[in-house]
Amino acid sequence: MALHTPSSPHTHGDASVSRLMVEVLLSLLPGLAVLLWLFGWGPLLNLAIAMAVALCCEAAMLWLRARPILPSLSDGSAAVTAALLALSLPPLAPWWLTAVGIAFALVFAKHLYGGLGYNPFNPAMIGYTVLLISFPREMTQWLPPGGDHLGLVHTASFVFTGAPPPGPGIDSLSAATPLDSLKTQLGLMRTITEIMADNPIFGALGGAGWQWVNAAYLLGGLALLARRVISWQIPVAMLGGLAMTALCFYAYDPDTYASPLFHLFSGAAMLGAFFIATDPVTASTTARGRLVYGAGIGIIAYVIRTWGGYPDGVAFGVLLMNMAVPTIDYYTQPRVFGEQPPS
Amino acid sequence: MTEAAPSLWEFPGGLHLAARKEQSAASPARDCPLPEELVLPLQQHIGEPAEPVIKVGQRVLGGELLARAEGYVSLPVHASTSGVVVAIEERPVPHPSGLPAPCIVVAVDGEDAFVEPRPRSDFRQMDPSGLRNMIRDAGISGMGGAGFPTFIKLNPGARQPVDALVVNGAECEPYITCDDVLMREQAAEIVAGIHIVRHALGAKACIVGIEDNKPEALEAMRRATAGTDIRVVQVPTIYPTGGEKQLIRVLTGKEVPSQGLPAHVGLVCQNVATVAAVHRAVLHGEALTSRLVTVAGDGVDAPGNLRVRLGTPVETLLQACDARRESLDRVLMGGPMMGFALHDLAAPVVKTSNCILALTTEEAEPEVAPRPCIRCGECARVCPARLLPQQLYWHARAKEFDKTQDHHLFDCIECGCCAYVCPSHIPLVHYYRYAKTEIWAEERIKERADLARRRYEFRLQRIEREKLERQRKHQEKRAVLKKQPAEEGKKLAIQEAIARARAKRAGRGAADGTAASQPSTDKTES
Repeated sequence: MALHTPSSPHTHGDASVSRLMVEVLLSLLPGLAVLLWLFGWGPLLNLAIAMAVALCCEAAMLWLRARPILPSLSDGSAAVTAALLALSLPPLAPWWLTAVGIAFALVFAKHLYGGLGYNPFNPAMIGYTVLLISFPREMTQWLPPGGDHLGLVHTASFVFTGAPPPGPGIDSLSAATPLDSLKTQLGLMRTITEIMADNPIFGALGGAGWQWVNAAYLLGGLALLARRVISWQIPVAMLGGLAMTALCFYAYDPDTYASPLFHLFSGAAMLGAFFIATDPVTASTTARGRLVYGAGIGIIAYVIRTWGGYPDGVAFGVLLMNMAVPTIDYYTQPRVFGEQPPS
Repeated sequence: MTEAAPSLWEFPGGLHLAARKEQSAASPARDCPLPEELVLPLQQHIGEPAEPVIKVGQRVLGGELLARAEGYVSLPVHASTSGVVVAIEERPVPHPSGLPAPCIVVAVDGEDAFVEPRPRSDFRQMDPSGLRNMIRDAGISGMGGAGFPTFIKLNPGARQPVDALVVNGAECEPYITCDDVLMREQAAEIVAGIHIVRHALGAKACIVGIEDNKPEALEAMRRATAGTDIRVVQVPTIYPTGGEKQLIRVLTGKEVPSQGLPAHVGLVCQNVATVAAVHRAVLHGEALTSRLVTVAGDGVDAPGNLRVRLGTPVETLLQACDARRESLDRVLMGGPMMGFALHDLAAPVVKTSNCILALTTEEAEPEVAPRPCIRCGECARVCPARLLPQQLYWHARAKEFDKTQDHHLFDCIECGCCAYVCPSHIPLVHYYRYAKTEIWAEERIKERADLARRRYEFRLQRIEREKLERQRKHQEKRAVLKKQPAEEGKKLAIQEAIARARAKRAGRGAADGTAASQPSTDKTES
């Protein structure tokens, strides 16, 4: 009788990488639903294109690197990258935009660094940033939330061929995001009260519609927290960093600086806090380090939103803090049990 | 002494595991049949192997000394039943490596005759060192953990006063119930042992910690300690509360220093089974020759707790519990978290064997190919030593052993919590053992190299010293010879004169004598 003699422990919890990834994908569903409600079929099409390209790129890279393809494909990490990038893109982004972004994310930001677990930068945010810098026009063509949507066929034909839909032209379909218009209008020396009074794209919390997107991501994020897929430190610190910085400036001059609530419910705040910054591979791993890391992203996002050249700064915040992770981890090692606290 | 819920502390991390203790805890302990052959490893515990004092072919009684302790950290080995010594040879022993080790093999005669016990009841008149010697001579080592010789733990040194004895009845690993059953059935013996150990330590207080999934044991211990100042405390069931440092933290709030001993915070921790063995050794004069062993797992049809003679092959225990051989995937010694898989079922039960776990293929963790670490940090969240397991893994894998030590590798207690929660199924503990072994090996090589270097340096020094010695002697000689012209010149002149006179008297025959004095004259002139 041949007995197995593996090393202890001989029992294991039910956690697995695939399960974690599936939980993340499921928790994105409320956000996706609100996007579909507000912007029509576009986000779903983006998601489908991103998933397809992601699976192809992942398989191709694994094959090139002579790694087992099926086990790695099934871990779901490529799908999560695809989903996070797709949900960050404008609803009517041309297909090649999505494809270029996701291909860059997986080939350059992930596999050239050694694949899952070895990439220092968040692949989805690298993809997003590459697109934002290379194709700024396509990346800022958002639809006004709500209103009449294009049908699936027209959306698809626009996304794949660029054929303008019948009726009003694409220009009337596109609009700046609330963060973008706020920045433009502030540049025209108007006060926030004036800007928000005559523009229907601003809502009670953040931008009209956008606040619901953020609320939906918040809901999904809370589910992730409740199911212990992510720990509380990064989201709390990031939202706290963003809100506290916003509060300081808002208290100083509420006509030039938007309220903390506006910042929390605009742009990629909630998606970033619960889904992007919490990517374990590229985030800090110590409890205290995660607080520093999250707060850093929140503060950088605020600084870029307020004074930088881009309407939102979550992606840059994540990438900049990714760089700082080794240092943060080094200086935030926990006190080992039984070690005397430094006196 | 029953009391209202006392305030307890928490240790970092830990896990809530499915206890699975009902399998073996349901029935009272029963006797394991005597095996045909006892296999008694000369090294059963930490320290030096014992030295055999019997010869092959000799008949021995139960409790008879077979091998005496060699050195300080060493314990004697006793026969656990009567029979004839048939061999002293290498046999399979319970060790993760699966390597055989020297053992005394006794063919059991079935009479089960024992040496005359020497009971005594006056332990309070004995001084601690006398008690420690008795405990040492009975061959008692820790029966819950690594098996460190008990008499050494009872000797923390004169400068280290012991405030309290902590008795470990936590038994936190799944499946294992031998301490539970012992506390339910032999609480009085445990309490008697506690009195002896306290006397040996001079411990002012005593706390017994029992996890709250053993209400019967708790009740039995509370009844047995009624009227004494021993505190029996219920502690929450969190793996690994049964770890010495963790239990001390929970019960007293004290943190045993990193890489230090409980004695450094004025505490000594003993397992309940060890304490019961101390009672038998001191009050009954009996050596440690048997222990309770839990046999559990879906691979046995009749799980339970067996009173097993030390040296009984695991095979015998499995037969006694109706093991279904064909369904076994692996057989563990110890629990599912820290136990190790046996390579050979002929390996014997030793003093530290608290559990034999027969796992079926369905029950055992299937071997999953590990995926890359995604740095999720779950391992750090559950680590009871508050380490960063993923960093340790990273450095161990890269063979950066100095960095693993910077990350406190040697504070790892190998409890397995990190590997249990790892979503990538990485055998983390395996990497830590590997790193520790490599570091120990490196240290041994370094020690040897140091020794060789010291020898070489010593040789150089000796050569240098001898050279200097020679030079010194040389110079002394020269100095002596340089002085000679002044004093010895006169002497020589006188001698020469005498010699010439003699030569004259002796005639030509004495010419050689003058010739012989010639060279010395030359020397003085040079």
